[in-house]
Amino acid sequence: MAKKILSVDDSASVRQMVTFALETAGYATVQASDGKEALALLKTTPVDMIVTDLNMPNLNGIELIKQVRALPAFKFVPIVLLTTESEDSKKAEGKAAGATGWIVKPFNQDQLLAVVKKLLG
Amino acid sequence: MATAVNPADVFRQEAAELLATLETTLLDLEASPEDSALVDQAFRSLHTLKGSGAMFGWEALADFTHHVESAFQKVRDGVLKASHDLISLTLASLDQMRVLLEQPEQADRVRGEALLAGFADLAGPGGHSAKPAGGHGKADRAAPPDETRVFRIRWRPARDMMAFGGNPLLLLGELRDLGACTLTPLADRVPALEELDPAGCYLGWDIMLTTTKSRSAIDDVFIFVASDSELAIDEIPVEEAESPPRLGEILVKRGDIAPGGVEEELGHQPRLGALLVQSGKVSGDRVASALSEQKHLREAAKAKESSSAGNTIRVPAERLDNLMDQVGELVIAQARLMQVAGEGGALLKSIAEDIERLAGELRDTTMSVRMLPIGTLFSRFRRVVHDLSRELGKSVNLTMSGEETELDKTVIESLNDPMIHLIRNAMDHGLSTPEERRTQKKPETGTLHLSAVHSGASVLITIRDDGKGLDRARIRAKAEEKGMLQPGQEVTDTELFGCIFLPGFSTAAEVTSLSGRGVGMDVVKRAIDNLRGSIEVGSEPGQGTAITLKLPLTLAIIDGLLVKMADERYIVPLSAVEECVELTRKDDNRSDGRSFLNIRGEIVAFVRLRRLFEVAGEAPEIQKVVIVGLGESRIGLVVDQVLGQHQTVIKSLSRLHDDQEGFSGATILGDGSVALILDVPHLVKFARERETAQRAA
Repeated sequence: MAKKILSVDDSASVRQMVTFALETAGYATVQASDGKEALALLKTTPVDMIVTDLNMPNLNGIELIKQVRALPAFKFVPIVLLTTESEDSKKAEGKAAGATGWIVKPFNQDQLLAVVKKLLG
Repeated sequence: MATAVNPADVFRQEAAELLATLETTLLDLEASPEDSALVDQAFRSLHTLKGSGAMFGWEALADFTHHVESAFQKVRDGVLKASHDLISLTLASLDQMRVLLEQPEQADRVRGEALLAGFADLAGPGGHSAKPAGGHGKADRAAPPDETRVFRIRWRPARDMMAFGGNPLLLLGELRDLGACTLTPLADRVPALEELDPAGCYLGWDIMLTTTKSRSAIDDVFIFVASDSELAIDEIPVEEAESPPRLGEILVKRGDIAPGGVEEELGHQPRLGALLVQSGKVSGDRVASALSEQKHLREAAKAKESSSAGNTIRVPAERLDNLMDQVGELVIAQARLMQVAGEGGALLKSIAEDIERLAGELRDTTMSVRMLPIGTLFSRFRRVVHDLSRELGKSVNLTMSGEETELDKTVIESLNDPMIHLIRNAMDHGLSTPEERRTQKKPETGTLHLSAVHSGASVLITIRDDGKGLDRARIRAKAEEKGMLQPGQEVTDTELFGCIFLPGFSTAAEVTSLSGRGVGMDVVKRAIDNLRGSIEVGSEPGQGTAITLKLPLTLAIIDGLLVKMADERYIVPLSAVEECVELTRKDDNRSDGRSFLNIRGEIVAFVRLRRLFEVAGEAPEIQKVVIVGLGESRIGLVVDQVLGQHQTVIKSLSRLHDDQEGFSGATILGDGSVALILDVPHLVKFARERETAQRAA
């Protein structure tokens, strides 16, 4: 079965680019538009990996990671944080919260797939 | 699946919405400048605009937005006030951003710069933020020079690596993809079982990597874990001379042992590694790891030497053919030697065994010299496909995989014509015109895929198209019309598709300049048969057709099963043999002229080779049946005796006997006598035809 990846981003275009790239590479995807929606979704849907934006309304990426890591079912699930250059400190903060890796925006599909392959195999 | 909308269009639409939201937020903020929620919202809109803009090709917009965002970052940090001036300036910038979004080429640069200068003034001296960097860190790196390097990596992941979703095995796998890699696990930190956290990562690794990639490629592997792990990556210079550093030197350089410790031990002999471990100066895994470094350096030095000396020579193909012939003779002579040695003393026997081993190795080396990657053949078809697609008005994308698969030179050469024919057929009959494909909701461009893959002692070459597939009904009708099938006769797909390879068969309604004259597919079949290969056809209506050619790796020497009837011996190609069973005279008599055998519930037809070859005399009490398989069909060949496996050097039959059916060649046995090689496909066909005739009778 294809591995399922959750894309969390408040920007529909980023979500679309992420899911399109992942689906083309043979992964299954689900989407959420912010941290809150993502958490609600994860209660019913197991996923193999999470790719989340940092800045989002309702619940931001860092908070999302902290709360996801607290769920026993998602203890070992790789989580990738999407950040921008100006947020170097956020990388460390994300890491401390439990992020597995990060991708610096802007990124292209190949960079995304390289990171997914690195963390998910 | 994602709908096939252009992400750029989605972005344009989304950006327009973001700008509209931002406008509202700014106006609200003007009314209540202390509301931090509004500031956050404005910042987020700007942030998304910047991030996505750069990703979907609006670099100018992203660049401009970056400066506005920086100003709002300062507001968030409390450095800057959401003043009236800032808000008017941002609103003015908003209009600039709209232009950058809709008609970037018409944007007024001077105006843009003036606006940004306004932000800089507001932020005060030194407030002009730096431009965002290009971003594509990985992609921008220069291509590494194509040189072999040896790296020593010692990596101990953080204990909680897995609790952060990391998986050390994936990273080690990634390293392995970079080049030859030797891993030595460092288990010294694994605690006693009762103290062990099952989710913790206690192991570390010493990794020796020989690669042509640069250091940055290795850094990339560890990019997410470098900050928490103990990680040391050192490049070790490779000396061209064949004198890799000694074990002691390596251990000292690594800091695993004090320099004096080595000297002390060197007084004693023999193996330093064992001594060091014994005396407790260094642990066993450290020594193993250091030894692997030595090996990597030695091999890298060797590779360097051979590449500087030039690693290929060109040889006329004829000489290779001669060499192959001579190796064949050697294998035959060696078989005779073995036979004689069997009767002689122990000394002769051991020499004969050495010769056997050497002859086997020589045979393998000679064969490998004759191997060529099939990519050399595949690449010829690019032009063919290109020309044909223009001629036929079809848009075709040719893809390939397994080009590196190696096949005997002779096989590759003989494949050219049949493959061109199959490609033509696929493009002419299989793939439809762009208009037809559009009505079938398929992409207008058809795909033709060539692949090659090893499968045991064979290579499978597949030509796959995503066209309309074979028309079963039409093949059936045609086959009945030509008398190849009886009306109402039940056939499997394999049998039905097999008809297209019979002489005189063609279903194309009109004859084109390319194919459709009913000559061709039978020629393909004959060419593949001559290579001792087979053809399999798979097809789904509307999905496409895949034609798979199964070919032997080499033509000159095969593994055979030696069987005997009366005083004559024969060879059955071992690749076709599935099993051997006994046939007692009682069973033979009971079969009552019908030639079927029940093998674990499956009915298998058999052929009495004695009768077929008109061998005089009586069959022995217990005969043997060699079950051979070809594609889906299996038949039994009844022989007197199975003698065993035999290295078979194939000799073609003389021109006089060339048209003799049932034999594909001959070989010379150890005692100098000749054994005929059975033509399994022909015998299978013979059995099937007889079966059909018996059923009809």
